[in-house]
Amino acid sequence: MLEIKNLHAGVDGAEILKGVNLSVKAGELHAIMGPNGSGKSTLANVLAGHPAYEVTEGSVTFEGQDLLAMKPEERAVAGVFLAFQYPVEIRGVTNGYFLQSAVNSVRKARGEEELDTLEFAELLEEKLEAIGWDDSLIHRAVNEGFSGGEKKRNEILQLIALEPKLAILDETDSGLDIDAVRTVAEAVNQFRNEDRAFIVVTHYQRILEYLTPDHVHVLAHGRVVKSGGKELAHELEAKGYDWIREEVAVG
Amino acid sequence: MISQPTSLVAPDHYVAAFKQFASNGASKAPVWVAETRQAAIERFAERGFPTTRQEAWRFTSLKPILRHGFVLATPNAGRITAADLEIHRIDPSIPVVVLVNGRFAPELTRVPDIEGVTVASLRQAMQDHEALVRPHLTKHAKDEENPFVSLNAAFIDDGTFVHVAANAQAGSIQIIHAFVTNGERAEVAHPRTLIVVDAGGSASIVESFVTIGMGVTWTNGVTELVVGQNAQLEAYRLQYESLDAFHTASTWSWQERDSRLTNMIFTFGGALTRHDIVSVLDGEGAESTLNGLSVLGGRQHVDYHTVLDHAKPHCKSWEYFNGVFDGRSRGVFNGRIIVREGAQKTDAKQTNNNLLLTDTARADSQPQLEIYADDVRCTHGATLGPIDEAHLFYMQSRGLTREHAKRLLTHGFASEILNEVALAPLRQRLDTMVHDRLRTESAG
Repeated sequence: MLEIKNLHAGVDGAEILKGVNLSVKAGELHAIMGPNGSGKSTLANVLAGHPAYEVTEGSVTFEGQDLLAMKPEERAVAGVFLAFQYPVEIRGVTNGYFLQSAVNSVRKARGEEELDTLEFAELLEEKLEAIGWDDSLIHRAVNEGFSGGEKKRNEILQLIALEPKLAILDETDSGLDIDAVRTVAEAVNQFRNEDRAFIVVTHYQRILEYLTPDHVHVLAHGRVVKSGGKELAHELEAKGYDWIREEVAVG
Repeated sequence: MISQPTSLVAPDHYVAAFKQFASNGASKAPVWVAETRQAAIERFAERGFPTTRQEAWRFTSLKPILRHGFVLATPNAGRITAADLEIHRIDPSIPVVVLVNGRFAPELTRVPDIEGVTVASLRQAMQDHEALVRPHLTKHAKDEENPFVSLNAAFIDDGTFVHVAANAQAGSIQIIHAFVTNGERAEVAHPRTLIVVDAGGSASIVESFVTIGMGVTWTNGVTELVVGQNAQLEAYRLQYESLDAFHTASTWSWQERDSRLTNMIFTFGGALTRHDIVSVLDGEGAESTLNGLSVLGGRQHVDYHTVLDHAKPHCKSWEYFNGVFDGRSRGVFNGRIIVREGAQKTDAKQTNNNLLLTDTARADSQPQLEIYADDVRCTHGATLGPIDEAHLFYMQSRGLTREHAKRLLTHGFASEILNEVALAPLRQRLDTMVHDRLRTESAG
């Protein structure tokens, strides 16, 4: 589904990603871990098409298409979704209206019928019910005055409404208490299936307790320096990141 | 289109027009009105039109207006019917006063039938209700610094008078100022509105300024709002005249003890709009909200000069002005807060936010605080800039095109003001107008 080859990217002329390789198949959940400043969020943002990041080398294909040549909205329509680490607050635009606009934009671009307000409300209700959430966030302005937990939940809500093929979660667990992590993880689990892939970018092993990754990768100094199964996450939790650095330095 | 002579029309043109005006139909007015007019034209003649060398007019050149020799608009009521006004009604169930080219049009007007509520043409009221009108008319709208107010007073002839007696509830009333033009001559109207709400009364007034037909017009309006003790007034003003329209206006409010005023100004139309708003809080415990929203494009220009004058202690004021500027349009905002000596415990907040949709749009914001008391809280803030790229990217990453995201964010920015409109049918109406405007702007 996703092939990242020798990806180099940076911001303001400073190279952050220095040759990332990653292959993600449908149905898989990949965890990307690593210390602060390793380039995890850069990778997530580059995949979503953030204009501040410049790709200098390498390629990313998504279902055979050149992802890097696509505008951010084209990536969304193709089925790529990024749950942001720091979602922006937008005054004056209600969350429900934004969500409806997003869903309809994607439907329209795919040649599907747009949903009217009533149809969308029904769809949303269905989805909320499936994950056991209420609609308290829907009528407020997008992320405005939301707590950290509410913002992360709102990202997951968008994820579930947009039904992407590839969902990238950028530190969705950071700053959340354990109950909130579990809530988010349960919603993600409900949404997993054999056609959908996840990349979970995280600093902590905690969320992976609930998500059970198929692959765990360690990103350090802009490269994937180690890959393994879910046991690698436990090892990182127990030993921290220093041993990886040493291993890489030695190797 | 009327050809545009390059020379500028001198104030004498309007002084001469006044002489003609005073010597014919207008002579039927009561003596006190005639005296008011005479004094006003003398003040106008003395000062003439302001120039950009004057501080208060630094950003707004009047040359586009002065290129035309405007003549006093003739009443054109016969040329329009109620059907022409339908699209301008915010709700057919709300009583409506219609002025055509500044002249009260009784056949298009439906006044409310509520005890204690008087709605009449100003011309009629100056004769029949002198005791109610005379203490207020031209008493609040001061013209020392603004010759346009003098010019309006000189040509006081007609307009709208609303009086709400003590404890009466007037409900909502819409006043439609229709400028009907066929483009033969550049015409000017000087509509005057006087709203007086006595102690404990309440009213909600919507003034709409619209153009019907094609032609160069100039509206030079003055609205005076008097809010008595513990009375409540919502005053809304919508200006969406044509792009051939010039609009100079001022709104003067005077509040007594414990009164509440919400004054909201919406400017979508006009080639050049200058609006002065002076709100005097002249009784303890009075509260004043002054909000504005401009959505402009092309080469439109709007200049707001606002004054919130805290004359007594324990008053509160909130002022929020948002401007959306597309194309080569331009906005000017000057917000003065005056806290008079002894006006302790004043709480005043002012915010002016400007969204520039293009590199060629421009906005200038000037807050001015003049505080002569020591136990007060006054805050002000202004922002200016394009749509936040982070917001755009966020929306794009959810599948919205950049254009769609811009529209949604711009509408959201406008909604910060729209959401403050308490009158539901008006809020919906404004919401649709903003929505349509943003579609048109981005399509063009």
